[in-house]
Amino acid sequence: MIAMLVLLAVIVVVGLWVMGLYNGLVGSRNEVKNSWSQIDVQLKRRHDLIPNLVEAVKGYMGHERGTLEAVTKARQQAVDLSSASAEDRAKVENALSQTLRSLFAVAEAYPDLKANQNFLALQEELTATENKISFARQYYNDAVLRLNNRIQMFPSSIIAGAFNFQMEQFFQVDAPEDRQVPQVKF
Amino acid sequence: MWELVRANQRRAATLVVVMAALLFAVGYAAGEALRPGAGLGGLFVAFVVWVVLSLVSYYSGDSIFLSLAGAHKIAKSDNPTLYNVVEEMCIASGISRVPDIYVIDDAAPNAFATGRDPQHASVAVTAGLLETLNREELQGVIAHELGHVANRDVLYMMMVGVMLGAIVLLADVGTRVMFYGGGRRRTSSREGGQGQAVILILAVVLMILAPLIAQLVYLAVSRRREYLADACSALYTRYPEGLASALEKISHSTAKLASASRATAPMYIVNPLGATAKGLAELSSTHPPTSERIRILRSMGGGAGYRQYDEAFRKVTGRPVGVVPATSLQQAAPAAVAAPAAPDARARFERVRQTTDMLWRLNQYAFIACACGTTLKVPPAYVGKEIACPHCGAKHVVPAATGAPPQAAAS
Repeated sequence: MIAMLVLLAVIVVVGLWVMGLYNGLVGSRNEVKNSWSQIDVQLKRRHDLIPNLVEAVKGYMGHERGTLEAVTKARQQAVDLSSASAEDRAKVENALSQTLRSLFAVAEAYPDLKANQNFLALQEELTATENKISFARQYYNDAVLRLNNRIQMFPSSIIAGAFNFQMEQFFQVDAPEDRQVPQVKF
Repeated sequence: MWELVRANQRRAATLVVVMAALLFAVGYAAGEALRPGAGLGGLFVAFVVWVVLSLVSYYSGDSIFLSLAGAHKIAKSDNPTLYNVVEEMCIASGISRVPDIYVIDDAAPNAFATGRDPQHASVAVTAGLLETLNREELQGVIAHELGHVANRDVLYMMMVGVMLGAIVLLADVGTRVMFYGGGRRRTSSREGGQGQAVILILAVVLMILAPLIAQLVYLAVSRRREYLADACSALYTRYPEGLASALEKISHSTAKLASASRATAPMYIVNPLGATAKGLAELSSTHPPTSERIRILRSMGGGAGYRQYDEAFRKVTGRPVGVVPATSLQQAAPAAVAAPAAPDARARFERVRQTTDMLWRLNQYAFIACACGTTLKVPPAYVGKEIACPHCGAKHVVPAATGAPPQAAAS
């Protein structure tokens, strides 16, 4: 009788422990999904803002046709690949960030443009969206790190193996100026 | 990140229990002092006072606080930059609801957050802060405030503050009763004897010491929470220098925040009532010395995580125990400092103009863009009247203001 009770207690405790590990893994996986959708929202927002920006600067920057076309082309590529894998999307979105940076750098040379309220509002929106993308990416990468750690580390690795939890990819940064700061690689 | 929240909750729960014990002891002592044997009655009164104060502060503490500070709620169109920075930091901290944003019309740069949980949070900044700080610095300050929100600091400081208030109140009533009603009581209970006297002396000692102890505990917790919010800010922004330089600018400002009082001071990012003291006086301060906070942020050595903050904290303050709970240090992901994604290009005069325009709008001024390039800002008394542009003489009919109506913290 007592042996039975002890056995039962052990089974319950182990069961609770496994449940805790499993729930932790599910929580991490949902966090990754959730933070990825946050990146997605911001990338879409950027895609929507860019045509307005190009429209607003066209009249002022007739001589910078090349820069404008590069932005439009990079945006189109990003839109086309908007349901691709994290790695592919990171590549085209980083290219889009580059072209936008050069567009704003060129805009510095046009005082009329810099006094245009519409342009200033769009610039603020795009700056903010750019920041939001980078913070969403930061949060996503942290979430991925937590999930991957849980999947690889003992003892949750056993549960992860049994229930077939998959490791997720990081959203890598490709911009040269971001590379200058020391980065921790895994 | 959530590990830190949980560790904070455990600590806060312990603190609340200790303060509650202190409160009930004072209640009991006050009851005994009033009439021997009435200790349980005092306990009951202490409980009722505590419940009532807690309920009021839980449900309307934030709106009381915001209206005390003279804060006005703004919409995105009033100040897109501020609004965007708050949204950015929400994303970085993983807070799902963007807090309500308030502005205080005051030249002293300062900020605070309030609200019992992330679903009911508000952040308030002064106009002086918006004028003084650039985007990276503003991010640092907002991230610090959202750190308070994410850690549920506001709720716990409120709960502990309420208990402190109740303890002070009861101890005050108790000592008064003993002082004035003492003679009558003593004659009626002369047969009480030795035991009564001992209890009475204990009660007096408790009522004198409890408010002091409660206050010191409250202040120590308040300072610790400031450090932790700084650590959160560094982690969210991955750029400790932003907050460091913001703190520097705020502490160098000589303007005093008119609406701040001793009761509301602990809520602000930097003590609005003046410089924080070192040494023994530090014990009676709600905020750690700003210079120390800046030095910690600048000694993080290329890292932005909790671990680096904790190491920098121990190095700068020389204290053996760090400020971040050990469980969150174990879980802390390594975080390197990143350059700001899009550096701020706005000059100071643009920020000042944006801020003053926002304040005009909040005060129901109408904005008219004249064809000559001038923007007329017309007070609400002129709505519907015809005015001439002072530059080109063109006539305009003043429309009703489109800005958000001035709102005295009604949430």
